[in-house]
Amino acid sequence: MLFDKFQSMADFQAELRDRGVAPFGAVTEELLSATEGVVQGKRVILAGTNNYLGLSSDPRCIKAAKDAVERWGTGTTGSRLANGSFVEHQALEDDIAEFYGVENAIVFTTGYSATMGMCATLAGPGDVILLDADSHASIYSGVKQSGAEVIRFKHSNPEDLAKRMRRLGDRAKQTLIIAEGIYSMLGDVAPLRDIAAVKREYGGYLFVDEAHSMGALGETGRGAAQAAGIEEDVDFFVGTFSKSLGAIGGFCVSRHPELQTIRYCISAYIFTASSAPSIIASTREALRIIRTEPELRDKLWHNANLLYDGLQALGLPVGPTASPVVAVEMEDRSATIECWQALMDAGVYVNLVVPPASPSTNFLLRNSVSAAHTSAQIKHIVKAYASLISTGLVNPTKTA
Amino acid sequence: MTEYQEYLTFLYSALESKNKKNLTLSETTSLVADIGLSSLEVMEFIEKIEDHFDISIPLNILPDVNTIGDLATKVKEINL
Repeated sequence: MLFDKFQSMADFQAELRDRGVAPFGAVTEELLSATEGVVQGKRVILAGTNNYLGLSSDPRCIKAAKDAVERWGTGTTGSRLANGSFVEHQALEDDIAEFYGVENAIVFTTGYSATMGMCATLAGPGDVILLDADSHASIYSGVKQSGAEVIRFKHSNPEDLAKRMRRLGDRAKQTLIIAEGIYSMLGDVAPLRDIAAVKREYGGYLFVDEAHSMGALGETGRGAAQAAGIEEDVDFFVGTFSKSLGAIGGFCVSRHPELQTIRYCISAYIFTASSAPSIIASTREALRIIRTEPELRDKLWHNANLLYDGLQALGLPVGPTASPVVAVEMEDRSATIECWQALMDAGVYVNLVVPPASPSTNFLLRNSVSAAHTSAQIKHIVKAYASLISTGLVNPTKTA
Repeated sequence: MTEYQEYLTFLYSALESKNKKNLTLSETTSLVADIGLSSLEVMEFIEKIEDHFDISIPLNILPDVNTIGDLATKVKEINL
C-alpha cells in the first residue's frame, strides 16, 4: 500500500498524542519578544529558534520590511528569471557579495533551496562529491539529484577526507568537497583549517555551508571559514537569511565568475517565486546591522558560554565546545520526550530532535542561544535543566 | 584480486555483532529486512568495509543493495 511506509511515523505521532505531548510543530500563539512567546498556551523562554542575534524583532528590520511592503506590495509573484527580479533583490546580491569580499552572489528564496540547488547543480555525472557524513538534509537532497558520484567522509575528520582524496587519484582535482561551518544539531565547529589543507594538497573545490555560523563566527561575522583564516581556499559559500539575519532566504557567493552562468542552471532558483520584497528589505537591514554592530556577536557568545557552562556544570552531556547551539544528548526516547515536556512546564521551549535528524542513535534536547537572551533567561534555562535532575527525570551519568 | 567469496566471508564476520536475531547469514540475507539494520547502522557498516579494503563506497550504489550478496558484488566491482 502507498501509505504503509508512513506507519512507523503514524505510530510515533499517536504515542505523542496519547502522552499529551506535542514537540513537533509546537504552535506559537503570541510572540512577546525575540526570546519570549506564548507556545501551546504557555508563556515560555524561546531557546530553540536559531534567532542567534535576535534580529527578527529588531525595529529597524521591521521598519525596512514595512516600507518595502508599502512600496512593492506583498510578493513578486514570479521567478527571478521571469518577473521576480526587483532592484532590491539585485541590491541584496551586491550587499552579500561585498560582505564576503567577492564579486558574485545569488539570492535564493530559502536557505534550503540555496544549499540543495547549488549541491544539485555544481557537480554532475562524471564528477565526485565528498561530503561530511553529518551534512544537513538539504545537502544530501542536492547531491542525490546531482548525478555525481557521492562519497561521505567521517564527520569533521580531515584525515579521513585526505584518505578518500588519495583514493580518487586524478579525479580528486574535479571533486567538490562539502563541509559546514557550525553543525546544526550538536553545535560543533568544523576543522576548516585542516580541511582546507587537504584541498590544497589534492586539489578540488571547497564548498562551505555557513548557515549556522554566519553572524556568529569570524572577525566581521562571515562565519567559520573567516574564523579559521581560510576564506581564500573556499570556492563557494552558502548560507541562510533565516537564522542570524532573522528573515528567510538563502545565498551562494563565490569568487568564480562562472557562478553567474550557473545561476541559469539551478532548478531550485529558476522554478520558484522570488522572495517577497519585505523579506529582502529586512535582510538587507539585518546585514547592515551585523556589519556595524559586532557587539551583537559578543553578546551571543557571552550567552552561549553561560548556557554551555551551566549545563556542563550540571553534568549533562553537551558538545565538546561552547557554541550558539548547545545540545544535550540522551539515549532514551521516552525520557527525552518527558524532559521536553518538563522543560515546557518550567517555561522553556527547546527543540526535540530524534534520529535520523540527530547525527547518531541518540535523542537531543537542542538549545539555540540568542544575543537577545538576558542573563536571567539563560539562568532560568539552566535552572529548568537542573530541575530535570532533581526530579529524577535525568540522571547525568546515564544520559549519553 | 580478492574473490567474491572472500568479500562474503568478511561481510559475514563484520555483521556478526549486529546479528541480534542469530540468523544464519547467507548471500540472500537482507541487511535491513532480515538483520534489521537502521540507516545509521548501514552507514557504520559501510565505513567498516571501506576501512578494511581501503576503498570508498559511493552512496549511489546503496539503492541497488538489498542483500549481503548484492553488497559483496558491489564491493568487488569497486575494488577491481
